[in-house]
Amino acid sequence: MTIRNATDPQTLPGRQRGRSRKPGGRRLARLLTNPSGLAGLAIVTLHLVLACFGPLIVPYDFAFQDPSAVLQPPSLAHWFGTDLLGRDVLTRTILGGREAMLICTIATAIAMLWGGILGISLALIGGWIDNIVMRIADALMAMPWILFVMVFVAALGTGTTALVPILGVSYGLSVVYLARSAALEFVTKDFVLAAQARGQRRHTIVFKELLPNVRDSLAVQTAMQWSWMILGVSSLSYLGFGVPPPAPDWGLMIADARGIMSAAPWTAVFPIIALSSLVIGTNLAFDAAAKTLGVDRNSRAAGR
Amino acid sequence: MFRLIVQRFCSACFTLAFIAAVVFGAVELMPGNACTAYLGRDAVGAKLESCEARLGLKRPALVRFGDWALGALKGDLGVSVQRGKPITELIGWRLRNTIVLSSIAILFGVPLAILLGVVAGLNKDRKLDFALSGGAIFAMTLPEFVSSTIFILVFSVSLGWASGIVTIGYKAPILDLIGSSILPATTLTLVLTAHILRMVRASVIEVLESDYVLMARLKGVPYRRIILRHVLPNSLLPAISVIGLTVAWLLGGVVTVESVYNYPGLGRMVVDAVSDRDIPLVQAITLLICSIYILVNLLTDILAMLLNPRLRTYRA
Amino acid sequence: MSRPILFRIERLTIAGGDRRGVTAPIVDDLSLSVESGAALGIAGESGCGKSTLLLAMMGVVKSGLRHQSGHCLFDGVDLLRCDEVEAGRLRGGRIALIPQNAGLALTPNIRIGDQIAEVLRLHTDLPQSAHRARVEELLRQVRLPMPGSLGRRFPHELSGGQLQRVGIAMALAGEPDLLLLDEPTTGLDVTTQLGILGLLADLRRDRGMAMICVSHDLGVIATLCDHVAIMYAGRLIETGPTRTILRNPAHPYSRALLAAIPRISTARIPSSIAGRPPAPDQPLPGCRFAPRCAHVMADCHAGIAELAPQGHDQWVACRHPQLDTRETQPEAANQQNPLAAEAPPLVDISGLAVTYRRRHVLDRLLHRAPARKAVESLSLTLHRGEILGLVGESGSGKSTILRAISGLWPVLDGQITFAGTVDLTMPVTQRERQILRRIQLIFQNPDASLNPRQTIRDILAQPLELYFNLSRREVTERAQALLMDVRLDAGYLDRLPGDLSGGERQRVAIARAFAADPDVILCDEITSALDVSVQASILQLIRDLAVKRNVACLFVSHDLAVVQALAHRIAVLYRGRLMEVGPARSICTAPRHPYTRALLAAVLEPDMQPGRDMVGAMRDDDDIVSHGCVYAGRCLSRLERCASAMPQWSGFAEGHPACCHLLADTGIPLAMP
Repeated sequence: MTIRNATDPQTLPGRQRGRSRKPGGRRLARLLTNPSGLAGLAIVTLHLVLACFGPLIVPYDFAFQDPSAVLQPPSLAHWFGTDLLGRDVLTRTILGGREAMLICTIATAIAMLWGGILGISLALIGGWIDNIVMRIADALMAMPWILFVMVFVAALGTGTTALVPILGVSYGLSVVYLARSAALEFVTKDFVLAAQARGQRRHTIVFKELLPNVRDSLAVQTAMQWSWMILGVSSLSYLGFGVPPPAPDWGLMIADARGIMSAAPWTAVFPIIALSSLVIGTNLAFDAAAKTLGVDRNSRAAGR
Repeated sequence: MFRLIVQRFCSACFTLAFIAAVVFGAVELMPGNACTAYLGRDAVGAKLESCEARLGLKRPALVRFGDWALGALKGDLGVSVQRGKPITELIGWRLRNTIVLSSIAILFGVPLAILLGVVAGLNKDRKLDFALSGGAIFAMTLPEFVSSTIFILVFSVSLGWASGIVTIGYKAPILDLIGSSILPATTLTLVLTAHILRMVRASVIEVLESDYVLMARLKGVPYRRIILRHVLPNSLLPAISVIGLTVAWLLGGVVTVESVYNYPGLGRMVVDAVSDRDIPLVQAITLLICSIYILVNLLTDILAMLLNPRLRTYRA
Repeated sequence: MSRPILFRIERLTIAGGDRRGVTAPIVDDLSLSVESGAALGIAGESGCGKSTLLLAMMGVVKSGLRHQSGHCLFDGVDLLRCDEVEAGRLRGGRIALIPQNAGLALTPNIRIGDQIAEVLRLHTDLPQSAHRARVEELLRQVRLPMPGSLGRRFPHELSGGQLQRVGIAMALAGEPDLLLLDEPTTGLDVTTQLGILGLLADLRRDRGMAMICVSHDLGVIATLCDHVAIMYAGRLIETGPTRTILRNPAHPYSRALLAAIPRISTARIPSSIAGRPPAPDQPLPGCRFAPRCAHVMADCHAGIAELAPQGHDQWVACRHPQLDTRETQPEAANQQNPLAAEAPPLVDISGLAVTYRRRHVLDRLLHRAPARKAVESLSLTLHRGEILGLVGESGSGKSTILRAISGLWPVLDGQITFAGTVDLTMPVTQRERQILRRIQLIFQNPDASLNPRQTIRDILAQPLELYFNLSRREVTERAQALLMDVRLDAGYLDRLPGDLSGGERQRVAIARAFAADPDVILCDEITSALDVSVQASILQLIRDLAVKRNVACLFVSHDLAVVQALAHRIAVLYRGRLMEVGPARSICTAPRHPYTRALLAAVLEPDMQPGRDMVGAMRDDDDIVSHGCVYAGRCLSRLERCASAMPQWSGFAEGHPACCHLLADTGIPLAMP
């Protein structure tokens, strides 16, 4: 009897067949078993549904002012009460996220697109180009975000058409850092070197070799950026530079409520609950997602 | 190591120059100029001419930039379009007020955050950690204006402990200032602490799982000594740089917080200036705040270098 | 005469932490004992559980694992059950660990001397004032240079070999009765390895310490330990005195393992073990080696065999131990195919020089002197169908040469000509696609060389689509054929690399290289990251494919035994310069250069006597600065002129040239070392 020869073909142990099929599906399933993740996902879904179908279910028109019902506490006619101009708070709360979410969705897409591609490419190219661009990025990061935006707002004015590019560009900057550091982990690996040795073009390497590996990390980041952006837009609205009135916006509502909080706390409480729940929901959901996907959420550029 | 410090200093100067260029350039790229922005619909005829003459807007851009930058270095930040007074005069007091507010927040927040972060890290996945981390996440996700508003609702409206809106003037003596800044400072501290806590916690956990901490345990080093001598220095040193970065957040948060509470600082002034479209004032304050940030970062980097032997070797 | 038992493990079982489902334990019902002053080696490949065992010996169970049952008794104290304070008194003192990677095991912010002094303070009665002197003495004992000032340094300022010695010093500081060694020589050069092992043997003899050495390298265990226990899948499958076990193993796994080790003495690719070790989530009812065993019988699957005595001092856990003297190994088709006589070289390297750091524009502007050279004045030829082995330690520049040939690293000086006409000093971006196709590179680390997100089909399709114009169906067909060539089932096409073992991944990497139908294959330490039992199959694969397709192969390795089994010719490199080139057998049986001789002397094979003389054939460090021969600083037989004049090449007539002052034109050494 001889020791089995290395010439026999190798077969995979049967048990592992099918393990790699549809990894995405299995991970989604695992995400849903996480209780906080589930709660977060539910909240976010609720908000999205309200944002889409809100106008169909609200009892009043958001701009409708009823001078006879100014600063009414919550009642049967107005479940959430009315504000200083006699507008129904419930209506405005339900619709308060629409503008912001719309702006943020478009801006997030822009940010992830340019930030992601630039970040991954920089990680691959390296050398002096990477050095210079990152130095410029570092310099830009030295400006507190809100000041950066305010300079542009002062010059450009506000409104959706101005906000989208401003947000897209400024948030894209932190995406560059994130995409670059995610890609850097893989750029030094031999399979990228092998692709280079083969003569593969750079853009092929970016899209075929690196992108699939940073996809998970970027997906989580997309969601985080979106939620940070909502906060950013709300802060701007609060200061008066975001969504222009009379469009309902939670930030605007809270700003309007500032002087009358002691007399009519409901004008502030409900938009606060709405905004906070959205943000907390997103964070819970995507914290759980990050844990399931094994992605690192702590990065210096994530917080705005 | 001296070489490294010089290198960092030059880097800081470059950053500041770049930001100045961005701040200046952003306005240049827009249609119109500072006068048209401020005057709005009135931007015609004699009014526009006199405004532009006052601000010297007829000169080419580079000349104006050079003038402005050099002036800034000397302490002259130009003239406010809206108030007509030299900017340096306007912001002097308010700079002081903002520094007082920020310092209180940092002095309370940073040590508290480090302590809580270490506690959270050492108790990973236990109830204390969940409470602290959860609290931190909660605090981080609320925008400053929301937490400020909640504070006012709770402490001022319901409990009546402090007055919600600050009413003192910008020239008030420091003691009064400190008194009125309790709520604003608490709001700032909250988010500052949350960010730093999470970073410190992550750092502590990473160090606890390292090979050298295991080795210390295998050497028979008692738990307390492992924490004090092996874990803390290695987890806190990297946190120094992060703490520096968090100051950027603080300087941004100051803007919103001062607006909510009506605190007489630079933040509120810049918001007013943007509302008034007073561009020279906006530019000046932005430049000033950014210089503070860069300075703080430089100092923390040098501190990190002094404390961490590994950063002292010059790497090409 | 039997000495008292110092350390004993009784039926230790450590399970994985995942309580869902049934999993096989990481350490399964393991028992062993060590007498005071004895040295036990625990041998096993990756995944057998030896690292977990080692930590458990000190009473530590990593988070995520559970101590299910059993005792770990050191002098009567059960380290797994006593409280931390009591365990802390023993750890570092009477029982000490030398970590595998000392660089990671030393706290970065504390000076070396202080970390050693920590042990002194905790486990000895030495007064504080005497600590500094004692630390210096310890550092001197482990043969570190400048022991007085070294204690003030931080870990990041020392090299890997130096850190390893610091790890030893730190372990010895507590005057242990039992020393645990975790892969003591991993990552070290062969020559450094020899030094460390010699040091350990001396120390053990002087202090009468007991030792437990855990390693995958049977040569190391053979040199250091008088008893050995072989571990597989969490169980001990054979134990006994080293000489007995390593010469006449009885368990089929031990026999297969020993047969898989490449030896200098036999010019043959060793045999490998098919299959892979069982994964923890695949508990098997019977013997865990049965699926891979060539001698498996029906009752092997029924139940696990316990260790039973065999002969008077050997214990085997097998129902059908193989007692006959080792059967003849299958005649591997190692007949070296005759080389095309006097064919012009396929790759001709002449006077090659490469630096470590790429030159920046700034360097040129400031006229800074070029950095240290990784490779200098290198001239080599590679012929069609030939396998040329490049052997050298770390820092010899062998990988850099491969990078330069493939265009991934810029060339400072010299010529590389391919097929007589093509200039290979150009970087990848400037080469034509067909030239890129004809030279392919295979990397060392199978985990990093395959994109974890691409299926095997995608990975193989990449070169096929890049170099040939094929339809989708043709690509699939070719990919299947390639998999068959590397002896993998066609069903692997849809798998991800994460599903494959290290050996399987390396085969895919080989398939990928051959997909391009190249003329030259560059292998960069492709077996170094693999277990011994898998190595041989990879070597066999390279040999077969190279012969079948008439491909030239440049095979880089630090392991002379591996290279000599595979290659026609061997080139020996030291610090970027070529020392000697010649036919593989010649190099190994009649080396001409002192460095080659030192390398051969440092090879450790399991057949060796434990406690053999471990005097190295090389100085530990350069002790003079040489402007002549680059090896002069460490050469034991150097002459006056070695340090001042560059040596000349000689011996071309015999086909075995070397570059050394000691050799005259006749190639006969002038002075015997």
